[in-house]
Amino acid sequence: MNGLLTDDQRSALEEFRAFADAEIAPHADPAHRAQRTEPAVVKALADTGWMGLAIPAEYGGLGRDAVQLGLLAGELGRACSSIRSLLTVHTMVAHAIGRWGSREQRERWLPRLATGELTAALAVSEPGAGSDMAAVATALTREGEGWRLDGHKKWITYGETADLLLVVGRSAEGPTAVLVERGTPGLRTALITDLIGIRASMTADVWFDGCAVPGENLLGRPGLGVSHVAGAALDLGRYTVAWGSVGILDACLAASVDYAGRREAFGAPIKEHQLVRRMVSTMYADRQAARLLCLEAGRLRDARDPGALAAASTAKYFASTAAVRAASDTVQIHGANGCGPDYPAQRLLGDAKVMEVIEGSTQLHQTGLAEYAFQESARARRPHADAVTADAVRRDR
Amino acid sequence: MATDAKARIAHYLSGFFPVTDLKDDDDLFALGFVSSMFAMQLVTFVEHEFDVVVENEDLELDNFRSIGALEAFVGRKLAATAAS
Ligand SMILES: Cc1cc2nc3c(=O)[nH]c(=O)nc-3n(C[C@H](O)[C@H](O)[C@H](O)COP(=O)(O)OP(=O)(O)OC[C@H]3O[C@@H](n4cnc5c(N)ncnc54)[C@H](O)[C@@H]3O)c2cc1C
Repeated sequence: MNGLLTDDQRSALEEFRAFADAEIAPHADPAHRAQRTEPAVVKALADTGWMGLAIPAEYGGLGRDAVQLGLLAGELGRACSSIRSLLTVHTMVAHAIGRWGSREQRERWLPRLATGELTAALAVSEPGAGSDMAAVATALTREGEGWRLDGHKKWITYGETADLLLVVGRSAEGPTAVLVERGTPGLRTALITDLIGIRASMTADVWFDGCAVPGENLLGRPGLGVSHVAGAALDLGRYTVAWGSVGILDACLAASVDYAGRREAFGAPIKEHQLVRRMVSTMYADRQAARLLCLEAGRLRDARDPGALAAASTAKYFASTAAVRAASDTVQIHGANGCGPDYPAQRLLGDAKVMEVIEGSTQLHQTGLAEYAFQESARARRPHADAVTADAVRRDR
Repeated sequence: MATDAKARIAHYLSGFFPVTDLKDDDDLFALGFVSSMFAMQLVTFVEHEFDVVVENEDLELDNFRSIGALEAFVGRKLAATAAS
């Protein structure tokens, strides 16, 4: 992959890798068991400035490109999917504010999100609305100059600790996004424990009981909370989850290769058994393919190419499903040790499975990818715009 | 130039709508199902194709409703960029 990166991207990757190995990986298994992220780990990440890696420099971020953001998500994902999910939800909210926020909103929130002084979470899902985001029922009613918020959000990653929540509720105009600060009277959160994966992700139930939201906290136009605000956030979330899944593939490959070289059965290291090698081969090829899809998605994103959305969806679909295959084989290669608490294999399997559910489930991506395929084909069948234009110009003469 | 912008918009939209000839004033949002990412795809297309920035204030549905509306919107954005 290194040949496909610029010098800046390559040296950033080295920094991300060293940090993930030193500061994040040692905490992954204890955090998984304790079902909590220690604040010190969040602080270590914030101290690097990388919570604001992709936030524009004029708002206090590092203004780095999408490829570098992906590389960071990949390295954090290799070390600990919970911490990677913190980066994901935090950058989704920052991106939505940067994309659709007013200048005042950007100036107010982005510098503090960039330093990690504030952490953010995205609250769309509800007990009755997941894939179908437009079905959210949390009520946003106008009250004076502002809004009143009533409802229940569920499965909110880092919802237990976030200082700022981007909430999509329903107003008279339809799905509508607002920013809600921790400490708002009527806001209550409770940690959800015993998840299958990203167990340290401080995922929470969030209740709003008559919360007063000031008018200036409306993000984007009323009615466009799903199509534009969550849409922009989700596109970036898919991208970093895809990279996080590449990180899981990296971790699976490293664990499997190491274990298969050390464990002996029938008088030989198990890596000598062809059926074990087959699992490693598939994992290796999947990792290479997933990484290339992610790089392509990053490159298109940096070029602001409209094809970036389809590329992010393709990368997320492929990388997350490949991560589940790889993690399942990693457990298999580890035998009973893969099922037990002394090796990371079972953590990787649970984390990988969550990647298939969040940021658009596998089935939603499958449906969407077919749609992209039909779009491409329909455009290819029509004369290209240049030809249309040439015809029109001839006609106009 | 105007015809050029219209042709480029029409070509892009032809991917989304299975009608042979999309008319200038056909209401895109009334034509039926478009994918959940359509709105963001359209915004990204307009920004990339015409090198403009779509702001929150621009998100009037009327700017995005039809080929004709999109062409007029792009024309206004380009004129504003040229003037500034
Ligand atoms: C650990 C974790 C963290 C999360 N973090 C967040 C967060 O930070 N913020 C947030 O807002 N949400 C979060 N979520 C929620 C997540 O976004 C939803 O779980 C996801 O959108 C799927 O929704 P659902 O669970 O309601 O499943 P459903 O939408 O009920 O889907 C159930 C099944 O039906 C399938 N299905 C649904 N519709 C279709 C269709 N049209 N065609 C084919 N199959 C279909 C799905 O693929 C799935 O297999 C999190 C979830 C988990 C598990």
